[in-house]
Amino acid sequence: MALKIVKGSIDRMFDKNLQDLVRGIRNHKDDEAKYISTCIDEIKQELKQDNIAVKANAVCKLTYLQMLGYDVSWAAFNIVEVMSSSKFTYKRIGYLAASQCFHESTDVIMLTTNQIRKDLSSPNQYDTGVALTGLSCFVTPDLARDLANDIMTLMSHTKPYIRKKAVLIMYKVFLKYPESLRPAFPRLKEKLEDPDPGVQSAAVNVICELARRNPKNYLSLAPLFFKLMTSSTNNWVLIKIIKLFGALTPLEPRLGKKLIEPLTNLIHSTSAMSLLYECVNTVIAVLISLSSGMPNHSASIQLCVQKLRILIEDSDQNLKYLGLLAMSKILKTHPKSVQSHKDLILQCLDDKDESIRLRALDLLYGMVSKKNLMEIVKKLMLHVDKAEGTTYRDELLTKIIDICSQSNYQYITNFEWYISILVELTRLEGTRHGHLIASQMLDVAIRVKAIRVFAVAQMATLLDNAHLLTGNMQRNGICEVLYAAAWICGEFSEHLENPMQTLEAMLRPKVATLPGHIQAVYVQNAAKLFATVLKSQEGNTDGTVTQDTSQLMIERLPVFVQSANLEVQERASCILQLVKYIQKLQQKDVEVAEEVSALFAGELNPVAPKAQKKVPVPEGLDLDTWINEPPSESESEDEQPKAIFTKEEPKHSRARHTEVDEKELARRREARKQEQANNPFYIKSSPSSQKVYQETPGVDHIPVIQIDLTVPLKVPGLPMSDQYVKLEEERRQKERAEKKKKDKKKRKEKRSGRGKKHDSGPESEEDITPAHMVDIVTEEMPENALPSDDDEKDPNDPHKALDIDLDNLEMSGHRPLADSEKIPVRSHRAAEAAKSPVEDRDADGIATQLPKKKHGKEKREEKKKKDKDRERKKSKDEKKKKKHKSEEKDGDLLGAEVDEPVVQSEEPSQASEPPTSNSAEVSDLDFWLSNAPVPSNIQEVPKVAAAEAASAAEVISGGAQDSEPDEPKDAEMEATKPSKHKKKKQKKEKEDKEKKKKKHHHYHHHSDGVGEESVQNGTVEEEEEPLPSMSNYCLLAENSYIKMVYDIQGNLQDGSQVVVSVIFENKCDSFLKSMEFNVLDSLNSKLQRPEGSGPHDSLAVPFQLPPGVSNEARYVFTVQSIVMPQKLKGTLTFIVKTEESSTHEKLDFKLHFTCTSYLITTPCYSDAFAKLLESADLKSSSVRLEGVNMPFHHLLARICFHHHFSVVERIDSCASMYSRSIQGHHVCLLVKTSGQTVSIDAKCDEPMLLGNVLDEIKQTFSQC
Amino acid sequence: MIKAILIFNNHGKPRLIRFYQYFTEEMQQQIIRETFHLVSKRDDNVCNFLEGGSLIGGSDYKLIYRHYATLYFVFCVDSSESELGSLGLIQVFVETLDKCFENVCELDLIFHMDKVHYILQEVVMGGMVLETNMNEIVAQVEVQNRMEKSEGGLSAAPARAVSAVKNMNLPEIPRNINIGDINIKVPSLSPF
Repeated sequence: MALKIVKGSIDRMFDKNLQDLVRGIRNHKDDEAKYISTCIDEIKQELKQDNIAVKANAVCKLTYLQMLGYDVSWAAFNIVEVMSSSKFTYKRIGYLAASQCFHESTDVIMLTTNQIRKDLSSPNQYDTGVALTGLSCFVTPDLARDLANDIMTLMSHTKPYIRKKAVLIMYKVFLKYPESLRPAFPRLKEKLEDPDPGVQSAAVNVICELARRNPKNYLSLAPLFFKLMTSSTNNWVLIKIIKLFGALTPLEPRLGKKLIEPLTNLIHSTSAMSLLYECVNTVIAVLISLSSGMPNHSASIQLCVQKLRILIEDSDQNLKYLGLLAMSKILKTHPKSVQSHKDLILQCLDDKDESIRLRALDLLYGMVSKKNLMEIVKKLMLHVDKAEGTTYRDELLTKIIDICSQSNYQYITNFEWYISILVELTRLEGTRHGHLIASQMLDVAIRVKAIRVFAVAQMATLLDNAHLLTGNMQRNGICEVLYAAAWICGEFSEHLENPMQTLEAMLRPKVATLPGHIQAVYVQNAAKLFATVLKSQEGNTDGTVTQDTSQLMIERLPVFVQSANLEVQERASCILQLVKYIQKLQQKDVEVAEEVSALFAGELNPVAPKAQKKVPVPEGLDLDTWINEPPSESESEDEQPKAIFTKEEPKHSRARHTEVDEKELARRREARKQEQANNPFYIKSSPSSQKVYQETPGVDHIPVIQIDLTVPLKVPGLPMSDQYVKLEEERRQKERAEKKKKDKKKRKEKRSGRGKKHDSGPESEEDITPAHMVDIVTEEMPENALPSDDDEKDPNDPHKALDIDLDNLEMSGHRPLADSEKIPVRSHRAAEAAKSPVEDRDADGIATQLPKKKHGKEKREEKKKKDKDRERKKSKDEKKKKKHKSEEKDGDLLGAEVDEPVVQSEEPSQASEPPTSNSAEVSDLDFWLSNAPVPSNIQEVPKVAAAEAASAAEVISGGAQDSEPDEPKDAEMEATKPSKHKKKKQKKEKEDKEKKKKKHHHYHHHSDGVGEESVQNGTVEEEEEPLPSMSNYCLLAENSYIKMVYDIQGNLQDGSQVVVSVIFENKCDSFLKSMEFNVLDSLNSKLQRPEGSGPHDSLAVPFQLPPGVSNEARYVFTVQSIVMPQKLKGTLTFIVKTEESSTHEKLDFKLHFTCTSYLITTPCYSDAFAKLLESADLKSSSVRLEGVNMPFHHLLARICFHHHFSVVERIDSCASMYSRSIQGHHVCLLVKTSGQTVSIDAKCDEPMLLGNVLDEIKQTFSQC
Repeated sequence: MIKAILIFNNHGKPRLIRFYQYFTEEMQQQIIRETFHLVSKRDDNVCNFLEGGSLIGGSDYKLIYRHYATLYFVFCVDSSESELGSLGLIQVFVETLDKCFENVCELDLIFHMDKVHYILQEVVMGGMVLETNMNEIVAQVEVQNRMEKSEGGLSAAPARAVSAVKNMNLPEIPRNINIGDINIKVPSLSPF
């Protein structure tokens, strides 16, 4: 037995570490999976060990295996254990593993809340950093809600390292918990002007991400960003800001006007390509938003295009790519300026880099004109032949069709050419775009009347050569074009040269191998052809042709009658019977041609895509009621023909997608109408409605001019589009010559009715007349209906929730944060805590699972390390301070000073704010925007404007604080004129520092952790302070059933509220339930009760207590005056339930609101502190404590902990401390000790408050 | 936002993966494969941008990558990141690795994936750029390494001794790692 244990522990020593694991895997290349599975078994054993080092090692290995694709979620709990280790090394491993494999549905995440909170408030900044980094990867809505407040506090941490991480993670918190955006936003905005460039950059980053999704809410920040843009030298920040402006300008064209000049300057001055590129991009965005109304923007466009040309010509492929990308943006609004660089772009089509070719293709779309379309397409067709990959070839194919069909075939002058191109494209092997070509063929044939003769001939050839295409039977493959070919031949069969031959081609047995929906069209259109043949033979006494045709139909159709496809079968059998009947009639020499062709009579008009939607619903029509009871089984007749177009492949770019969709809809509708018209089972519309159909302002009224054909109609074999290019050239030349002639004869001759030729004028591309006078049939719409787009946002977009109006918030008065909008300050939800029998605050479920013995040891180790750490930190800080003395800016001070009040004094300032504040703010922005074009240098802005801007920014920033009326304004002014004033500012600062130095030489001690964190997190002092344990919870009341302890804390977000946390502990063996908490309000302090309840109603405690369990409830009190301590009487009633009986019990208590409880730990920089002391309006007071027998740092820690102070500086036996009340009173202490006497000199702007606080401090120390 | 950071070698073997959006392990491997497929067939003298694969993102996302010696560094970013900026960021990251590992090579990444992660954590956090100043990044990494050292590291001294003993009895000592140390040469690029 003992041997086993020894053996076990020796085995442990042979544990593999990560390196061993990697090495092992590399040595087992052949049976890697097997080796890893044994490793995983080992890891599972290791995870069962008590030793945290072993566990951490195992978790580290798991992280590696996770990378190789192994699911390690089964170890999630062990990861949490490692995360909660007190050693940084292990903690880091744990958080890394968590960030790699935790996600929202990992259930152990909910166990981590307390651990993360503890780490966030750790005195070691790297513990905090590691926790923040990890959290950023697996934050869930619950974590976000519970930790939002802690993270928000960290945004004002003394260390920039933590600040920047906290700022960045806020974005993740916003995404998961959108309610936190409003309360956190003011502080986030302050960070835009953080003295540390890293923090500033992080804040810019976050706001840019937010603004990108909901730009309109951030428009009011434009002045601030503008200032940053003109003052910052950090390219990262500049790029982000410039990108942000790109998103803002479409909303506010005036902003664009203001931006153009500084951006142009940047373009000229910067050497960084990335910055240059982003500037160009934003200028383009501006120009797009301004597309009219700006007189000299052509210069800017020229500049952009010129710079982009340089990029495209660069040998660096990356720049080339980006140049083309940006060029395509200009193209949308200013195609002319891009077209002049056609040569360059065509050149890029030959680039070896596919990405670049694709970009160049995009550009071509906008570069075509009537003049060059044929040439460009010819070039593309060459590429199609050369292209090796099908993806690129398909891309080319769709581009060709896009280019040709854009804006209603605007650039096509010769549709014969286009049809030939489409036919040529059908010869591509393996393309997925058969249906795209098909829909183009249909569209052109239907909408361009003049081309039908040619199209029908081409389609007939195609049908004849169908065997060339049918090799590829893929769905959506090229055989889709046969669908179009068959339909066109059938519908416009009157144009067919030899309908009999086509009919034969359509009824070949091989057709039966085509997809069903194509066969169906074949059958239907064979019937149409049949009707045409009959009609053409009408009057011909020799009936052999008609007889032969009928015979052919009767012979061939049975193949289709046997088809497995319902649609084909149904149509075929129907038509077969029809033909048989006709044959009978023919044998009796009855003239049937008229009747048969009447089956397919009627003209087709294209219908606008949205026409159906726009048809108003007639009154009294309820489409939802059944006309007849539904049949038990519904027919699926419609399914097949739909399938042809619903199979849209996902690869389309978005714009294309909708375009195609619209066309498809129209097409489908047409197809349906056509089918309905032809379907013998469909109830025919009455003759009167057909009449209406023809009377619609459509084709018949448009004069169709006969084409003069310079091209032979019939091209033998498959057509060659190339010849059209030549022919077109010739035609144009001829035309030109003709025109010249005409011009000479001008006015002498009347224009012949032949052409609606253009008037003379400079030879431009508009003068190129199409070879066919093409009438593009307009799509039909119901009367009074307007085409419109109703885009809808994706309801699942997480950013939608962040569409929160922040402007009101900034105007601190307009709409203060409602209670429900506040970030919950560390609340304990009943469900969570009821599980743990320990007192909730200490219920660190995970930590307690670690063996107790180790615990103590670790603690001691940690203590040693901490002391060392602290010393190192101190000395480091000192050094840093010396080094950076001149670099530190006023912003520091502002940051610290303005920080809290913004949030706290929301309501007081609301009262003082005039109700028109919002409009004032808007007009401020207006003023900023309407400001005459900005001079290139902000320094030259006239003083008045600067002052205005400053005040505007001040209002917007929400940072205007009454306590320092002059400071912010000054700072703003200085910031607006940065370079001029910077030196002065720094000098001033130096002087300040020197002054301070005389008073007492100091070094930084930013109270990290000791003060503020320990107050915020009751568990901290236990493990991390070498102090006797302290608790702020004091006894409220106690009897044999229940014990209540309570703590009062000011509410960070509301200057008139304090939060009382009460822990209820069940001391008896019975179940306690129906607890009700009530307090007798005083004039000054009131318990906040839910809306609708009376002022004396009691509040139900939101949980029940099983024996031995404790839980915490929180109550919010509103207070008016905070200068005096207060006592409130209250009662707790509850029911004690034992197995036999239940009794009603009652417990009275007194809530003591000390003045201390109105103070909030607020860090303060020493320079800000010194400034504060200098200001005259502080009243001073002092107190002496005798017989205090404890180390000085214990004393300070006690003051920090019990009275919510933070240490500003500490030198030997002297320390300055700071705190502020929820209503913004500053409280400054100077604590000195000599022997057992401690003297405290204090200053505060409210003497009464100060006196009370000092009394309370005195009492604290008299107790110990 | 950065959606994912992938490092894999010329054979598509992952050396570091960091997704800032949740994908199952299976999906992650598929993304790596697809990305490798896309990236590896490209010459070294073509541009470093790729329209994102269908797996990751969609049209708003781009793959931005660099190829150093035997390793591909791929960042998948959305349109809010500047393309050239992201390239610069990759460069910063690699240079930082070079500093922290002193002439970094693929082997460093293979055996110290955790350390690479820690370095990356100082550059990118939750998909957003945290720090771009290399000196700052290196300084923070070093402080944390010192902390780890002062705690005795993960494998404390006695374990080392044991593994030395352990190796003596092994028939074959795993020494056949013949990747060689092909240092990732970090070319000096024009200032970003």
